[in-house]
Amino acid sequence: MPTLWIALFALVLSVVGYALGRRRAMVSADGDIRNLHSRPNYYGVNAALTGLVPAFLVLALWTLGQPLFLQNSVSGMISDAQIEETGSLGLVMSDVRRVADGLDQAVAEGAMDAETAGNVRIDLTDVRARLGEVGVALGSAVSQETLRAAQAYRAQSSFGDLLKTIVVLGIALAGISYAVMRTNATFRARNVVESGVRWLLIAAASIAILTTVGIFLSLIFNTVEFFRLYPAGDFFFGTTWQPSFTGRGGSSQLGVLPLLWGTFYISLIALAVAVPIGLFSAIYLSEYASPRVRSVAKPLLEVLAGIPTIVYGLFALLTVGPLLLRVFGDDTVGWMQGGTAVMTAGLVMGIMLIPFVSSLSDDIINAVPQAMRDGSLGLGATHSETVRQVILPAALPGIVGAILLAASRAIGETMIVVLGAGAAARLSLNPFDAMTTVTAKIVSQLTGDSDFSSPEALVAFALGMTLFVITLGLNVLALYIVRKYREQYE
Amino acid sequence: MTDATAHTTPEPGSKSSILTVDPHTAKRHAAEGRFKIYGIIAICIGLFFLAALLIAIVSNGTRAFTQTRVVLEIPLVAAEIEAAEAYIVKTSKYNDLVGEALTGAMSDAGIETEMEPKELLMMLSGSAGANFRNFVLENPDAVGGSHQFEFLASSRVDGYLKGRVTREALVDDKNLDAAHLDLVDQMREAGLVERSFNWDFIFGADASESRPEAAGIGVSMLGSFFMMLVVLAFALPIGIAASIYLEEFAPQNRFTDLIEVNIANLAAVPSIVFGILGLAVFIQVMHLPQSAPLVGGLTLTLMTLPTIVISTRASLKSVPPSIRDAALGVGASKMQAVFHHVLPLAMPGILTGTIIGLAQALGETAPLLLIGMVGFIASNPPDGLASGFLDPNSAMPAQIYEWAKRADPAYYERAWGGIIILLLFLMTMNIIAILLRRKFERRW
Repeated sequence: MPTLWIALFALVLSVVGYALGRRRAMVSADGDIRNLHSRPNYYGVNAALTGLVPAFLVLALWTLGQPLFLQNSVSGMISDAQIEETGSLGLVMSDVRRVADGLDQAVAEGAMDAETAGNVRIDLTDVRARLGEVGVALGSAVSQETLRAAQAYRAQSSFGDLLKTIVVLGIALAGISYAVMRTNATFRARNVVESGVRWLLIAAASIAILTTVGIFLSLIFNTVEFFRLYPAGDFFFGTTWQPSFTGRGGSSQLGVLPLLWGTFYISLIALAVAVPIGLFSAIYLSEYASPRVRSVAKPLLEVLAGIPTIVYGLFALLTVGPLLLRVFGDDTVGWMQGGTAVMTAGLVMGIMLIPFVSSLSDDIINAVPQAMRDGSLGLGATHSETVRQVILPAALPGIVGAILLAASRAIGETMIVVLGAGAAARLSLNPFDAMTTVTAKIVSQLTGDSDFSSPEALVAFALGMTLFVITLGLNVLALYIVRKYREQYE
Repeated sequence: MTDATAHTTPEPGSKSSILTVDPHTAKRHAAEGRFKIYGIIAICIGLFFLAALLIAIVSNGTRAFTQTRVVLEIPLVAAEIEAAEAYIVKTSKYNDLVGEALTGAMSDAGIETEMEPKELLMMLSGSAGANFRNFVLENPDAVGGSHQFEFLASSRVDGYLKGRVTREALVDDKNLDAAHLDLVDQMREAGLVERSFNWDFIFGADASESRPEAAGIGVSMLGSFFMMLVVLAFALPIGIAASIYLEEFAPQNRFTDLIEVNIANLAAVPSIVFGILGLAVFIQVMHLPQSAPLVGGLTLTLMTLPTIVISTRASLKSVPPSIRDAALGVGASKMQAVFHHVLPLAMPGILTGTIIGLAQALGETAPLLLIGMVGFIASNPPDGLASGFLDPNSAMPAQIYEWAKRADPAYYERAWGGIIILLLFLMTMNIIAILLRRKFERRW
């Protein structure tokens, strides 16, 4: 991987820069530290950082930007007729990239020499067969135009890689020499380094913003692309979910309503399990339990929160599902047809959420001022009356916030529903039917798919967008409520 | 006062006394007792679920750690091996040799059967011939003598000895007949079949769908390991830097508020959305290799970052301001005060938070499904560092998911076994975190 090597090389350069900067400072101070403005290490670090930081920045931007740039320049070579024939520009470009990668691999394995790979013509060689020999499978026969575009892509990308190496290492060298040249005994190295480090800290903190922006952009671009291929109205109000697996688009029906219904139904059952159990445990642990019981029961309950969701998924699929089937299946009442059902997933998800609800409610109940308890008990109320009529009403906003957070967890949960809820999208009221959810369908539409141009794959991004908006709304609301509640008693 | 008490006589109509419990109070006390019982019941239900989960894991999973093997002494005759090597499908000839040896060994042990060697071979794993050939190719000197092989028994035979497969279940099974099981019983008495600890499950590679007996979790364990290295290399420095800025340097302004709100929200974004992000950014835009632990690690880094930032900020906050004041007082710059004094004191707390974040990342599955770390067989351990980061691999939870999807019950057993290993890792990490906290926790 050349990028990694460039990075390592720049790193080595910066170590050399450190040594040079430090030495030059010592020399200019006549070997006496007291003549220096800053401690000698700062001069070294200054030289290293001045070289390394811009070089890494350029490297990262270049690595990100080069594919986009290539895409633009190569897509000019593709005629409208070709685009129309294949369906979309994205599809043609992914073909181009695959052919280019295939040629690269063929050269690397020695099946083709570099020159042939650059000049192969479709009427002389069967490229598809040749690439097939080295293990690169192409879907359809390669057209002359695609092949030419792929060759241009290869040529430009290898030129770009070369240029990248030169530019990045050049910047590193220039930065280091500039910093070393500036170094002398009166240079305020510490101040320069500290303001540089401060900017690095700000950059690290901004990654949180970048991540959110990244999530938003990656969802929005692909969602817009999806709505170009599939009408938005049919997506939001369609009551059938039937993706076709053969064609690209065409007969697929991608209505989100059955998925949303499945999601909400499962979450509802999960909350119906988790909220009473979690809330009563929290009340008991914070109001009644002796310190010894509390110190045992609370960590044990929280173990449930630390168990990975794949474990719950397997538990639903292999233990709870068959158990429910034995109780409600054809042998007894005949409500349940298979082990995977809304009930299975909801029940197990409820177990997962118990510690979530209980520890959040525990915090909130503990935040209710002691004076309110004392006042109520002093008036002669029993402990349970105090809890029900004083503490719970006071803690209600916080508890609602906690429940909303739990609901957002339940809606976004994936592994339990993928394994436990079934794959059929249907609008049904029977909790023992198999249904499916937004998250489960995101997984099934995207798993193992590297081609993001068909509506069947792109719909996953629209589903992701729906999920993101719903959970974000719930989280913001919940955090707002919890914060308001905290302020009330602080 | 004494006068007053002397003159007061209880009114005849009222029977109320503080010493006797009236019905209303009794009702209230009963409600109190019930309320308390509800709480106890709720906790018991929670603990019951925990117990049920653990029992299910242990009772189903421990069986994956033993494996039935068939012990065969096979003479390595040079002529036979040369003949086998001359065929196109070499392993099938080697399979025939194993079959003959099995027939021979059974008649030596006094077990009578009318089955053909081909049918007897159904009791062995499909890889028996390949194992035999590999041994011969690796030890050409051994040809001419004989060697004692331990072949994996097929998953049905293994399941029978573990009590998972019954004779009734084999009626419609074309891989094994009930008659085979009678032979297995006799072979076990003759010492031809033995059950031993299954190191291959812990260190081995995944196998194809038809050979559950050969599947192991070792390669995906390496995949998880490389992913954790990536997470550690990115999330720890970035997380610490972000927390230091927010806790020590950030001015009170809108930009800081924006960052804080973002971190709080990212902590609650469903993990699968991070998978979509990883897919779009690292694979769709940057064209990093699909299924590579590098991509998985980067995706998990973004997911773990909020957790690490939140715990790091808490431990920075717990360092008392007097430390900063003392450093600033003797002439350190703000940056020096933080990096030389506050950070080292907060380090145990930061490490604890990081380990917990890593444990969370280790168990996460959903984002990995989207970036393609499932759906193929992780059959070869990566050779070298670069290949470890960049070659397609699986991860432990993704491997478990993969096994859970294969329909064979023998794979369910592997999935439970994989969960035991995964949970052992998580438990170890959490215990280390707790011990670190105990050892270095300071009360200021």
